[in-house]
Formats: sequence, structure tokens, C-alpha cells
Amino acid sequence: MKEMLDLSVAEAATLIAATELSAAEYFEAWRQAASGDELNAYLSRVDHPLEHQDMEGPLGGIPVAIKDIFCTEGMPTTAGSRILEGYVPPYTAAAVRKLDEAGARVLGKTNMDEFAMGSSNENSGYGPVLNPWDRGRVPGGSSGGSAAAVAGGLAPCALGTDTGGSIRQPASLCGIVGLKPTYGAISRYGMIAFASSLDQCGPLTRDVTDAALLLAAMEGRDPCDSTSVGIEGGIVAPSREDLSGLRFGVPRELASDSYDAGVRAVFEATLARIEALGGEVAEIGLPSAEHGISAYYVLAPAEASSNLARYDGVRYGMRAGGEGDLLEMYERTRSEGFGTEVKRRIMLGTYALSSGYYDAYYGQAQKVRTRIAEDFKSAFDEVDFVVTPTSPSVAFGLGEKTADPLEMYLNDFFTVPMSLAGIPAISIPAGLAEPEGGGKRLPVGFQIAAPAFAEQRLLEASYALELGIGFDARPEGVGG
Amino acid sequence: MAENAHELEAVIGLEIHVQLATKTKMFCGCELSFGDEPNVHTCPICLAHPGVLPVVNEQAILFALQIGAALECEIAPRSIFHRKNYFYPDSPKAYQISQYDIPICGPGRLGDVRIHRAHLEEDAAKTIHVGASGRIHGSDASLVDFNRGGTPLVEIVTEPDLRGAAEAAAWARLLRETVRQLGVSDVNMEEGSLRVDANVSVRPAGSSELGTKTELKNMNSFRFLQRGVEAELTRQRELIAAGGTVEQETLHFDPTSGSLTSLRSKEEAHDYRYFPEPDLVPIVPTEAMLREARESLPELPAARIERYVGEGLSQDVATVLATDPETAAYFEATATAASGVEAKTVANWVTGELAAALRQSGEEASAAGSKVTSASLAALIGLVAEKKISHGSGKTVLAAMVAEGGDPGTIVDREDLAQISDDGELAAIVAAAIEADPEAAEQIRSGNGRAIGAIVGTVMRETKGRADGGEVNRLIREQLGL
Repeated sequence: MKEMLDLSVAEAATLIAATELSAAEYFEAWRQAASGDELNAYLSRVDHPLEHQDMEGPLGGIPVAIKDIFCTEGMPTTAGSRILEGYVPPYTAAAVRKLDEAGARVLGKTNMDEFAMGSSNENSGYGPVLNPWDRGRVPGGSSGGSAAAVAGGLAPCALGTDTGGSIRQPASLCGIVGLKPTYGAISRYGMIAFASSLDQCGPLTRDVTDAALLLAAMEGRDPCDSTSVGIEGGIVAPSREDLSGLRFGVPRELASDSYDAGVRAVFEATLARIEALGGEVAEIGLPSAEHGISAYYVLAPAEASSNLARYDGVRYGMRAGGEGDLLEMYERTRSEGFGTEVKRRIMLGTYALSSGYYDAYYGQAQKVRTRIAEDFKSAFDEVDFVVTPTSPSVAFGLGEKTADPLEMYLNDFFTVPMSLAGIPAISIPAGLAEPEGGGKRLPVGFQIAAPAFAEQRLLEASYALELGIGFDARPEGVGG
Repeated sequence: MAENAHELEAVIGLEIHVQLATKTKMFCGCELSFGDEPNVHTCPICLAHPGVLPVVNEQAILFALQIGAALECEIAPRSIFHRKNYFYPDSPKAYQISQYDIPICGPGRLGDVRIHRAHLEEDAAKTIHVGASGRIHGSDASLVDFNRGGTPLVEIVTEPDLRGAAEAAAWARLLRETVRQLGVSDVNMEEGSLRVDANVSVRPAGSSELGTKTELKNMNSFRFLQRGVEAELTRQRELIAAGGTVEQETLHFDPTSGSLTSLRSKEEAHDYRYFPEPDLVPIVPTEAMLREARESLPELPAARIERYVGEGLSQDVATVLATDPETAAYFEATATAASGVEAKTVANWVTGELAAALRQSGEEASAAGSKVTSASLAALIGLVAEKKISHGSGKTVLAAMVAEGGDPGTIVDREDLAQISDDGELAAIVAAAIEADPEAAEQIRSGNGRAIGAIVGTVMRETKGRADGGEVNRLIREQLGL
């Protein structure tokens, strides 16, 4: 038998179900591992061993690291923001509850960019997360803590959220699997809102099978989320080993030269791998996709400006001290509680929704969004999947892009169009590449997108490709 | 300009907020309440905790559809919610979920007034600002009770079709009765389950353009609505007469002082930054829901008034009877029981004699709540119609029925009020009366018809009102050879 911590979630769950592995021991081993967090991946961790109770279910006894954007009853939840410091939710998010019902247990709450706004985890109110491959680099964001925890051997699997790439991009930069399901596949109830029409939760795991296992447990219609529908037929563990008869489209509009040569090399090698597995690669058109970033950075901040208006220091979280009336208290609390990027987006979003500017910004961005969704629809008439690199670069250095928000936003170039279209997309590790300017080789992610609610097909293709690629690199000091 | 002031026509539109009497709030499972301890009906959703989501109350949609059906509104096949963003402690999310450009109910009509739209939204929490200012600015403390926050509301907006303060108040009453009879709201203005704002402007009579309007907020009775609108019309007319112009603003009417104070001007108007609520899906009423809404409609006052007028009642009498459903039911039961009597006659007994008898007795009760059952009133009307008793005796019997209830026939017997049906007996009394007043008899003979009253009076006194007036008249003339 492999070392306990080297087991995949699926393997561990099988052994626990067969009573060949003790759930309590397994959980305790991970709790010990998590307590050695040197990456600032966790904001809080469970402080007691598993109370061995009834943990029947497909994930019986599996510890899960939960992005601190999910409300967990009795456990502090901050969304990476100082404004929620001290907040202990009175209820648990639907996705976490469903994991719990499947037998999984919360291991800890992971660090993240404040309110999921960021691509490097440097916007956390609680300090940046370090990339386990190179602690001088970022893990990506906003689910940076979850990605670093899984890649760094601090959790067997994790939950993240993806609004414009926040699961896929950190998964890519940390060399793990990250799946953003179709909008509506999993309930958003209890997931602290950033941009409600885009936010979707999903798993960050070591492999595709584990991602399927977690998705299977979480997907479903939830009466508490009117926009949730679930995935018809549910999800089963993928088993496909070849790609014959499947067509993969590469959007010519996203095939610009503006991304790293190392990433390009891995991407092209992966396309060749697809063909070797019997798949077909074709060029397709997504004419509006290149406007995705512009539309996204109008729509997401607009919704955020409204979603974040409730943090006023009255009912929960931080309240600034000082003299004055209620309005002054609001202002001080929000000035002190929110970080720079959050304030920037609140300002942008408020402006985009203002009377006289609505049509030019929000209205126009909605049109782009519709066009992009139509682009994908047409593309899926020709191909089964759309593929791109997940991120234009490998993990970049801490502080490297913080001075220029636009440069930072371009990290989402490949991931945002799928978010706007609401379709599922996965990032799987495809190889290693040297960063621009040289240095240690770092993971490169490969993104595969599928039509809405075609998660099972997406997972099958990803599984076959994962087998074909055989990526088995690990950060130094992490077993495997 | 001053001489033209009287020719300025009032143009009034109303915005009515109706709190729906659903079991739970608009977007969460908290119970609705009035008068409970503060902040006991709350949950993470209506307190806007991080991560919560709204779910639309299905009953509220059905109630809105019923209101739409009652107001003959076009129902939107697909309507959506928007977020109306504003910072205020009564709104924990800092936005109200409301309907904006696609409301559930489109154009409709009630009586003579066109409905512009009716839409669903949620009520705000209740706030109290402690301190000298009474407002949020400079207050010592602000208190908030979230019990009311999230109560389902339907906001009904009329076209500016009302032309006076009294007309506005009367129409608002009709609307309240209509909504009350749907059973979808308590429509209690004092408790705030019905709230009326008025948009008021004036314009030269005959003009089709609209003047600048002001908005009068939250007048909590129909009387205050009428007085507030009257005061504002007077203010606008005087302002224009003095050469001024009306500024667009929101006004608060203080009923104790009768004064109007500005809440905010157009410049201070909020930018609510409306955008489609991403947490909710569109409302698409099914055919079954629409049918249920239509079929659940009781007969409403406006339709009932029309029906009564068709049955021969005057508009005024029909309105009095039809507006309150209990009175209408009482009237209809009486009319059915009093077969062979015209509806109009029955209506006059209910709104005339019975109302007067109730007033005289000092009874607070309405007709329906009085001791006079519809069956006994019908019996009484029958006795009078069949000339078993005189109309005057009928009133006497009715007074007794109001005081003690009971069957009119029994009272007639007890009080010996049965009409004298023996022609010989009545003829003898008439002859005696003529003989007793030869002067009057002579005047009648010489053509002074009015003199007959004296002899009739004598006969009535003698018979204690038991004689039929027409028959007495006929006998007098016969005996005088006329």
C-alpha cells in the first residue's frame, strides 16, 4: 500500500469503505500535514481529531480543504477580507453540506484573494499564499490557498470558486486539476458572492477522477438557489482511455503570440498528444472571445459593487471605532475593512451601473457576453471541446504584477470567456516549462471546455488525456 | 396670472404599496408579523448574511396575479427582478429586490382610473433615529427592526387620471376594498399594510401636457390623503398664481399641522443603479397559475356596483351596498327572500329605513351585524308591499326589530299594527273625521286639495297609523262626492 498521504481521494475512499484504512487515522494524518502549513495556505484549521461517527458515503472520512469563501457554521469565514474578521456564520454552504452528507469532513479554510478578486492571492487581507513549487512565486488566484494546499501536500483535495478563472488558473500554476462546472451545476447557497451571475464552485484535486468524485457529491438542484439546476444523469468516475472520434477546437482568436513560449510549447505538445490518442484537432473561431476580459471587468465589478454593499459593520464582521453617526461608521468600516483591489472594483462597478453610463458599459458588456455564448454554441456544432492554455504564463513572482492591475487582469484571458458563457471547463497539468527569463521549471495547465452540463464527457476526455500525458511531477518535498 | 389660478386642473396619480398577507416573507421562510418584539422574525437571508440567496415566495406571485386579474392588468408572460441599490439601515443587503422594466402586471384599469403597472418587491425594515434631528444625519443612535424587512409588497401605480383630492381618496377606498376582498392583504393603513403616495401636479384646464409633479409620501389614512393632496394642490396653485414654478420634489404631509415639508429635491434624488437580479430566475406564470388567479376572483366592488345599477339601483345606492361585501351579501339575501319586491325597493329599505333606524338606536352595528336578519327584513318589506301594514307602521316595527330582533309578524300582532282591512270599519272612521271638521271638508269640496291632509291626519290618529294612506284618501274623496 502507498503511503497514506500519497493515496488519491478515490483510492482512500475505497480503502476506507473496505475498512482497510481507518478514516480517523487518515483524517488525522492530513490534519497533521495541514498543521505544517508554511505556505499560508490555510486561514483556519480544525483543531481536533475526527470524532469517529457515522461517515457512510462515497467520500466517507475524506478531509477537504474549503476555500474561506464558503460559510461554515461555527467556523470563522472571512472571504479573505479584513471586513469579515471575526465572522462566524450561523449556517453552512450547500456545497459543503453536500460534501458532508457524502461523508467528507472539513479540514480547514483556505486563504484566497479578498472576495475572490485576484489572480495571484496577493489581494488576501491575511497575507499572500506561496506557491509550493517556488516559494518566491504566487500560486495564482483567487483560490490560491486551495490550490497550494493540494499541490503542497497539505490537503488531499479542496473546494474553490471560479468567477473568471479562479479555480482553473491557480490549478494551472500549482500543477493540479481544477474544474469549473457549468453555471447552475452546484448550488451557490452559502458561497460568499463576488459576481453572482458568474460565480461557480468546483473541486481542486490531484487528478481527474477525484474531481469527478467531488463534483458527483456536490452537483444538484438546491431549492435555496433558484439558479441551480444540477447535472442531468449525475456524474460517475471517468474511465475512457482514448480520444478517438473526438474533435478538439483551438480558437484562432485566442492563439495570439502574447503568451509565454514555454506555455506555448507545452500546449502544442498536448495537442499532439490528443492526436496520438486518436483525437482530432481543428481550428475554430470565437470571434468575440478576445473582448471577454473587457466585458468581464465591467460585469463582475458591477455585480460586486452591489454584492459587497452589505458589509457595513452593523450586523457582523468588523466595525470601525470612532465618533460620529451611522453614516460615518459605514464609511470608516468600509475604508478600513476593504483592500485596494476590492475598492477599485467597487468603484468600477458603481460607475458602470450609474445612470447615464449603464448602457455604454453594463449594457454593452451584456451584449458581448451573449455574443461569446453564441460563439461557443456555434463552435460546439463543429467540435466536441474547445481547448486553450489555462494561463498565459507559469507562476509569476510575488509582487511582479501587483503594480499594474491590467497586467494582472490579463491572466484571465483564456479562462474568462468560458465563465461568461457559463460552460464547464477544466484545467489539467500538461507539463513543465521554464518561466520567461529562466528559472526552475513550473507547471503548465491545459484547459478543456465543453458545452453546458456536458461535465461527464469533459471528465472522460480529461481522464484519457491525463493518462496519456502521465504528468507526475511534484513540488520538492511533496510525496507522490 | 392670479385670475387664472382657479382654472388650473388637478392631475393626480397614486402609488399604492400593498403588503401581501402571505405566511412568510418574500425571499425567505421567516413568518410575517405585526406588533411582535423587534427582530424576532429574522434569519440569515433577511439579515443579508454573506452568501445567502433569495428564493421567491410562490404565494406572493399568485397574490400578485390575483391583483393583476382584479385590476384587469395585462400579465407579463415573463417578468424579472432587478436590484435597486441604496445605502440605508432599513435595507441590510443595501439593495431592494424589486421589479423594474418588466413588471409582472402591465396596464389595467379599476373603475375610471387606468393602472400603469403593478409589480412585486420586498418591504424595508423599520428604522428609528434617536436624537434631536429624528433623521439619520446627526442622530445619536439609529435603531432597526428587521421583522418587517422582506415582507412581500405589490406596488400598484396608476396613470395620472384623478382630477381632485376627494376623487383620489374615493378611488383609493375602492382599491382598498377590491384588494381586501381578494383576501391577499390586510389593507390596514394604520399598520402600514396599505400605503399610499400621491403624485400631484396642476395644469391649465383642457391642456393635455403634464405639469411638474411633486410626490406626497405615506399618508396613513384616506382622510390624510385627501387633506394632503388638497394642501398640495392649493400650494401649487398659489405658487403659480404668484408667478412661481413647481419644483420636482418629495414632500411629507404632517396631518397635525397641515404643513408640507420637503424630504428631498430632484437634485438629491438617488441613482439606484438598477440591474437585473442575478440570483433569481424570471417569473413565467403557467397557464394553470393564470387560471387559478382568474378563477379565485370573487365578485369585486366595481363589478357589483355595475350589476346593481343594471338591476335598477341608482349609482349612489349601488355604491353604498356593493362596496362592503357583507352589506352586499345582506342586501342580496334580503332581496332574494323578499320575492316579488323590486330590488330597488329592498335597496331603499336597507340604505334608508334600516340605516336610519340603526342610527336612531345608536347601534354601532352595520345592517349585516344588526339584530335584523335579512329574512325578517324581507318579511317586513313583504308586509308593507302587500299592504298588510302601512309604511309608517313598517318603520315602527323596524325600530322594534332593531332593538330586540324577532319576527315582524309577531310585533305587528303584539302592537296591533295590522292594517284595517275591513272597508266598513275604515269608512266609518273616515265619515266621523269628515263630520268632525266641516271646515276642511268644505275647502276640499271647493278645490283646495291640500286641505285633505287634516282629515287624513285625524284618521291616522284614530287608527294609530294602521290605515293605508291611499285608501283613506280614496274614501274621503268618495264620501265628499268628488
